[in-house]
Order: sequence, then C-alpha cells, then structure tokens
Amino acid sequence: MHGDFISQLSIFVLAVFVGYYVVWSVTPALHTPLMAVTNAISSVIVVGALIAAGPADMSQAKILGAVAVALASVNIFGGFAVTQRMLAMYKKKK
Amino acid sequence: MELQANITSLAYLVAAVLFILALRGLSSPETSRTGNFMGMLGMAIAVGTTILSPEITSYGWILGAVFVGGAAGLIIASRIAMTAMPQLVAAFHSLVGLAAVLVAGAAYLNPGSFGLADAAGQIYIASRVEMALGAMIGAITFSGSVIAFAKLQGLVSGKPVTFAGQHMLNALLGLGAVALVVYFCLDQSPEVFWGLVALAFVLGFLIIIPIGGADMPVVVSMLNSYSGWAAAGIGFTLHNNALIVTGALVGSSGAILSYIMCKGMNRSFFNVILGGFGGDSTAASASGGEDDRPVKQGSAEDAAFIMKNAGSVIIVPGYGMAVAQAQHALREMCDELKKAGVKVSYAIHPVAGRMPGHMNVLLAEANVPYDEVFELEDINSEFQQADVAFVIGANDVTNPAAKTDPTSPIFGMPILDVEKAKTVLFVKRGMAAGYAGVQNELFFKDNTMMLFGDAKKMVETVTRSF
Repeated sequence: MHGDFISQLSIFVLAVFVGYYVVWSVTPALHTPLMAVTNAISSVIVVGALIAAGPADMSQAKILGAVAVALASVNIFGGFAVTQRMLAMYKKKK
Repeated sequence: MELQANITSLAYLVAAVLFILALRGLSSPETSRTGNFMGMLGMAIAVGTTILSPEITSYGWILGAVFVGGAAGLIIASRIAMTAMPQLVAAFHSLVGLAAVLVAGAAYLNPGSFGLADAAGQIYIASRVEMALGAMIGAITFSGSVIAFAKLQGLVSGKPVTFAGQHMLNALLGLGAVALVVYFCLDQSPEVFWGLVALAFVLGFLIIIPIGGADMPVVVSMLNSYSGWAAAGIGFTLHNNALIVTGALVGSSGAILSYIMCKGMNRSFFNVILGGFGGDSTAASASGGEDDRPVKQGSAEDAAFIMKNAGSVIIVPGYGMAVAQAQHALREMCDELKKAGVKVSYAIHPVAGRMPGHMNVLLAEANVPYDEVFELEDINSEFQQADVAFVIGANDVTNPAAKTDPTSPIFGMPILDVEKAKTVLFVKRGMAAGYAGVQNELFFKDNTMMLFGDAKKMVETVTRSF
C-alpha cells in the first residue's frame, strides 16, 4: 500500500492540469450541474470511510468511519440524482 | 496478494478516468446525461472495489450507513426546489468537508488499519502532514459551507459581518494552524490533532462571515474547490490514486469557477475574500443622485403593448427573478410573444444569481430551450438592434456607470448593454439600490420605463394584457 510520495504528487499535478482543461471546456450554461456533479464525485472520499468502518472490532475509528460513510452517501446519491434531475431539464427548441 | 493489489489499483484508475469523462460530458447538454452516468459508474466501481478489499470484514454498519445516507440524499435531491440549488450545493460541500475530517480522524485514531504507522504506533511523518492538511482543509470547508448555507437560506443576514482587526485575527489563526501542522510532526498527541481541527473550524467560520450575499457565487465556487483539495489530502494520506485524481479535478474545477465569477465582477479574488463589499451604501447617494429625480413609470398594459409591437425582445433575468419564482410566468409571457411573431432571447450575466449557472438552470426548469439563452459575450452586441430589453430582477449588471463612472464601486465590471436597446423595461419592486449600493443611472433615462411590482405578478399581468 505504500505508494511513493513523488509518484503520488506527479499524479496529483497531472490531474490538476487535466481538470483545468476539461473544466474550461464546460459550457457556462452547465456550471450549476458541474458543481453538483463535482460534489458527488468528491464524495469518493467514502473509500477512506469504508476502510475505517470495515474492521469487525469496535473502536472510535469505526464509529467515525461509519458516520463518514453516511455523510458521503448523502452526497453521492443526492449529488448524482440532483444532477440528473437538472440535466433532464435542458432541452432544445422544438 | 500482489495480484489483488494491482487489480484494486487498476479499478481505481478506471474510476478516475470515468470521473474525468463525467466532467468532459458537460461540454454540451447533449452529452451531459451520458457523462453523469459515467460518473455514477465510476463511483460504483470505486465503492465496489473497496468493499471487496480484505481490510473490510464487517458489513453491518456500512450497509446501515449507506442506506440511511443514500435515502436522505435521494429524498433531498427529488424534493429540492431549483431556486434553492445554491444552498443545497453549499450544504453538500459541508458534508464532504466533515467526511474528510472524520476520515482523517479515523486514520489518526487507528493508523495501523490504514498502514500509516510503524510497529511502535508512531505515525509516519509524511502521513502526519497529509492527514493534518486533509483534516484542516476539510474542517475549513465544513464550517465555511455551513455559514454559506445559512446566508443563502436566509437563516442569518446576508450582510457582511465585519469588525476591527478581523483580517489580523484571521491571519494569526491561519499562521497558528500552519504552526500546529508542523508541531504535529513532532508530537502526535491527541491535543495537537484535535486542537488543529477545532482551530480550522473557527477559521472557516471567520473566513466566510465578512462576505456578502451577492458574492456567494465566488464563495460557493471557492468552497467547491476546497472540498476537492480536502479529498486530495485524504487521498495522499490513504495512498489512494482515485481520491488524489478526483480531488485534483474538483479542486481545479472550483478554482476556475471562482476565477470566472471574479472576472464577471471585475474584482480580484482577494477583494472578494477579504469581504465587506456591499455592507453600507454610502456611495449610493454620492454617485447616483437622490431618488427624487423623475422616472418614467409604466403599467403592465403599456409593457404588453410595447413588447407585442416589437420585432425582438431580449430578456435579462437576475436573482430577483429567482426570489420571486417568476421563471415559469416569464416563459409563458415569452410564449405569447413568440406566437405574436416577436423574436425572444435571454441574456445571462456571469454573476447573475447566487451560483455559477444559476439562471440557466431556472430557465431550463421553466422549459426555456437552452439555445435561446446566451452568455454576455455572445449577446451583448445584439442589444443595439433589439427593440426591447426586459430586465427582471437584475440591477447592478445593467448599470452603465460600470463603463462611465470611474468613482463607482462597480467601475470596470462587464455589464449587459441594455441601455442600447430602443426601450428598456425594468421590472423592480421599488427604487432601492442594488447589492453594490449604487443607484442605477438607467432608471432615469428617457428610453427606460419602470414597472414597479412583484416580478411574478407583473409578468402574469403583462401576459393577460396581450
């Protein structure tokens, strides 16, 4: 599991550049859905919460993890659903 | 074991690529729905991979938490009004921030299960920096977003809260937080870690209170960015590339949106963040003259007559339209105009509303086709050919003083050139100044007709008068 810090940093910096170019290509009309969906995907933080909540033994860390799983789940389900709801409303001229 | 670790890493890579494609899909409304689906797929892969990993041996609590959280999320998402989207997004940001704090806290309490400590229970130095930063940014995101939510929801006044020595206090607290991160590398005792978290909560609160309601587009974008950096910080802590990539994507997305919003107001990011803008309106009388100058006031019937005989009408919606929930009534009015052969288009200023793209969503909700809606730079040259500019719920973004009066607080802000239209119809509740506290010269021009009243009622009356 021990990733080398420099290789992680490389991934991070390159991803910032990818994000920069991808987000500039987003049409301004969809900036609100953009925020909603970035919100949903940043909740991938749930993977850390799952590992914390995963052990069979009871601990403070497990409680924190379970609460974090619940919070992130609100965001994941709510974020994708509300984005879907918004995007369904964008229609072309008939 | 080695093979399994590789498969896990590959699955996270697939998830990260799907997230990139989800954002890429938003380049046009046609591809956006597929994009959103890819985002869901990416999330399912990331969560599924983690659930199947050997670190997870007990599923009861996880299932319960996902069920409770997921159900709450779905209910909120299906019920929320589109006008309330800014506060919903702020609330969601606060949850990401708090989740980041909790995950960092869990990693701190039980570093062994994340592989972050040596046999003696000493957390690795690099991991300490990463978890401290993740927790700190997460805590700032949480409390900042809670304040932004309260301001947007109207639970507290949208007015900036300022006091003497505010910036000095924030600077000291910021330096104190950085010092605690450094000290945490030397001493991993709980007081240091939780002290840092508490300090960051206070800091997030203090950073947002001086910022006024109409600057919320910048604040919401900035908190969006923070939530991304917090996720990336946790990704570094947990050596999880999917989390690092996603955090970087979200972080840069929020940063770009903040930049676009600042540019839309011709203000620097620091000017917005330092706050206090629009707090008192001392400039109002100085730059705009008193309200006793005559304005031309019209009735809904006059407006209906003018618009029906026009060749083209450009609608300029603003936050006031959202407050009055007038978007559906507005679209009905425009349907009538189109039936009468009038060309109707909509002009959106970058900072109209309380978050980026807020007006576009409201118009889409009211079934306005998105190819009738234009951004400032695409439509501004068309006002001079337009017969009518119909301003509903916008004010500062139409103020010609931004071009002509160097002493005005909004000087240099890009504005919609509504004054170039043959007639300007201005729907407004009264003569009050806009957020920037400046009087709008437009009200006193010969070709401007003021329509005083509630935006929704006014538009409905106009429609009936056709």
